[in-house]
Amino acid sequence: MKRLFAIAFACALALPAAAQDLLIRGATVHTADAAGTLKDHDVLVQGGVIRAIGPGLQAPAGIIVVEAQGRPLTPGLFTGLSGLGVEEVSGESATVDANLALGTLVPPHEATWRPEFDLDLAFNPRSMVIPVARVEGLTFTVLAPGSTTGGSLLAGQGSAFVLDGSPAPLAGTRSLFVNLGGDASPLSGGSRAGQWMLLEQAVSDARNGSDELLTRAGRAALARYLNGGRVVFHVDRAADIRQTLAFARRHGLRAVIAGGAEAWQVADELRAADVPVLLDPLLNLPYDFDRIGARMDNAALLHRAGVTVAFSQTGDATHNARKVRQLAGNAVAAGLPWEAGLAGLTSAPARIFGIRDRGRIAVGQVADLVLWSGDPLEVTSLAQQVWLAGKPMPMRSRQTELRDRYLAPAGDLPRAYVK
Amino acid sequence: MTPTLKTRLLALALAATPLLAPAADARTLTPVYPSTYEAVPSGPVLVRGATVLTGDGQRLENADVLMRDGRIAAVGRGLNAGDATIVDGSGKWVTPGLIDVHSHLGVYPAPGVNAHNDGNEMTNAVTAHVWAEHGVWPQDPGFGAALAGGITTMMVLPGSANLIGGRGVVLKNVPATTVQAMKFPDAPHGLKMACGENPKRVYGSRGQAPMTRMGNIAGYRAAFIEAQKYREAWDRYNEAQEGRRGKSGNGEPPQHDLRLETLAGALRGDITVHIHCYRADEMAQMMDLAKEFGFRIAAFHHGVEAYKLADTLAERGICGALWADWWGFKMEALDGIQENLALVDRPANSCAIVHSDSPEGIQRLNQEAAKVMARGEAVGLKLPPEHVIRWLTSNAARALGIADQVGTLEPGKMADVVLWNGNPFSVYAKAEKVWIDGALLYDRDDPARQPVSDFMLGQEVSP
Repeated sequence: MKRLFAIAFACALALPAAAQDLLIRGATVHTADAAGTLKDHDVLVQGGVIRAIGPGLQAPAGIIVVEAQGRPLTPGLFTGLSGLGVEEVSGESATVDANLALGTLVPPHEATWRPEFDLDLAFNPRSMVIPVARVEGLTFTVLAPGSTTGGSLLAGQGSAFVLDGSPAPLAGTRSLFVNLGGDASPLSGGSRAGQWMLLEQAVSDARNGSDELLTRAGRAALARYLNGGRVVFHVDRAADIRQTLAFARRHGLRAVIAGGAEAWQVADELRAADVPVLLDPLLNLPYDFDRIGARMDNAALLHRAGVTVAFSQTGDATHNARKVRQLAGNAVAAGLPWEAGLAGLTSAPARIFGIRDRGRIAVGQVADLVLWSGDPLEVTSLAQQVWLAGKPMPMRSRQTELRDRYLAPAGDLPRAYVK
Repeated sequence: MTPTLKTRLLALALAATPLLAPAADARTLTPVYPSTYEAVPSGPVLVRGATVLTGDGQRLENADVLMRDGRIAAVGRGLNAGDATIVDGSGKWVTPGLIDVHSHLGVYPAPGVNAHNDGNEMTNAVTAHVWAEHGVWPQDPGFGAALAGGITTMMVLPGSANLIGGRGVVLKNVPATTVQAMKFPDAPHGLKMACGENPKRVYGSRGQAPMTRMGNIAGYRAAFIEAQKYREAWDRYNEAQEGRRGKSGNGEPPQHDLRLETLAGALRGDITVHIHCYRADEMAQMMDLAKEFGFRIAAFHHGVEAYKLADTLAERGICGALWADWWGFKMEALDGIQENLALVDRPANSCAIVHSDSPEGIQRLNQEAAKVMARGEAVGLKLPPEHVIRWLTSNAARALGIADQVGTLEPGKMADVVLWNGNPFSVYAKAEKVWIDGALLYDRDDPARQPVSDFMLGQEVSP
């Protein structure tokens, strides 16, 4: 408790003055970088950027000093692919913007494939869901459009956002999303073979200017990804991953696999193609016939084969985004090295999505930092302070407010007056 | 069976409210679809020198646990091993087998194919006549995965599409070819009811009742009014039969009704009542419903707002069977907080239970509890491991009506025991060995003691 007060005091002081300068002293610094873990190190932040890392750094005059007392300091964590900022209440469709389903509106002969769909435009930086994730040490997300009835396999585009209230995406992070496999079969005439037929048709439209599947804007959007663009394929079955790698090679795409329940079976091919995998290690059951080979040590096996691994949930990745740490912890329990587990929440997803200045604790990186009560991959550890670009974030959310209202003893007035 | 014997048994069955009341057909008085469970044969086992969480609030260091004849024989220091196989417990932790009060394993199994969607009889808002056990696919690979997570007992429930969804069944988590061979001997059935959004959405969208929360409550009341009449008719008949004891002649029994039989069972207390209910105000409505008809609610399940009514739940002896952190997926789940379980646990005589409702969560119920433990401690609540283990053992057993058989390591209880590689409240904790009725049915270090469902057999074969 004493430590918590120290932090709170430091932050109160930090707010009015130079809000982005601070020295965090005596931390166990998990850099998520080549430097690994640095015990009893200090991190100097000035102008929102990490300026120095080392033992016994001098505190510049007037700077806020936070005594870490050996606690772990990590880069801000990746939420996994999510609907943060584009989904408030999953069951209320008016609050959910993640999927485009024009098929219910347009005549069947008109195009419903809209790769030009840009989910970034729906992003609400003031979503009540965002602080719930942020107080848990989650600092950046990638919006992933989904495929649903009336939509298409080619779900559209989404970017990375920092959860600091900024309305704009991080430049250079926009990606195209494609959803494949048994779940998507209804969108491809009932066969996964139809998925490749349709995708080839879409590519052909983009390359040749035909309009079988795409609008003019869609052709332009898809064309930007051909020859080097980042395309995230949601795909689980090993055979489908192989087809994905071949498709990506044919068209010069930089593929990222999301899901990848059976990715371990094609680990060498993924490594050879330098294709990373965003996965959910908790999905160790054969939930469908695309995931018969699902297993707990998928992440460990991929890592051992040299494949870059990051974490992304298949459950409620928006509201319960905070569960992503538990994914990493379980992957470590199942054999993934601890440093790779942390990297899968930080530097690996940053690199996968083209974010160069975040995801690591290194000089020159933006100071998105989290100070933890203990091992950040352990479910009993808590984020005690989050800084984004050196600025302390309020460690409050709608949930902490509800908690505090009902934690207090009942008084004479109804609890509506406790605030 | 002679009429006299029949009458006597009937009177016996109805007079008392036995803790353990197997479902019996009122016409024949023989248990129907009875358990055929038999423990796997085992010799005595002594786990030596472990940190033992007994499930009733105690933590014993460097303690031994002796299992014999399928029962807990003794717990304490320096026990005499006798002829028991010794398992080294040093540096490890022992807990009672974990109990999940809310699972859909087998009725919504993996793989999740249409052919196996057997958990929601969405043909009427009141389907008290359907039984989850008739939809359980015993080959669901999820059972074995849950066993590897230390789960030894669970209640499999119908889903929450209906106001009254049917009967849940308590299973021992043993691999078996039939569900009867998994049924926990003599455990009462559970009645599954659901508040709020699900029933009104499912039926309202079809233009049927219920379409609103008003319709929900009206639906429960109408069903229980019928059940009261049904119960009274049978009570009258049985009393009349009792009066005729030894005489010839017989009154006509009332028409047997499967739907009302279940609800009458809940009214009599033979069937435990489990209500899926998220919001505090709706839980209060359901408590009034229970008062109106005179039944007891064993637990509110999901209850993301249970923390708002924690004192009332404790006063009325109602358990809160809750998630650690689910929220926001629908309006009634909007006010979820991670301290919910800890706040429900706070009053005296409370009954907090961590449940899964998920084939993933059931494998890691210890981690779910651990998350809440840390949140609760951070706001000043005292939640040591020996206390928190109750959320997934003895409190769960209480809600299922099987607390005299499982949930703690008291001598005489079923030897359902888990040996962990360390403190179970950690992401790195692993169940190393799991005994059910004294038989070692899971051993992380011995593939010969790791069950594989028929479905998974041979799936890995490739040239």
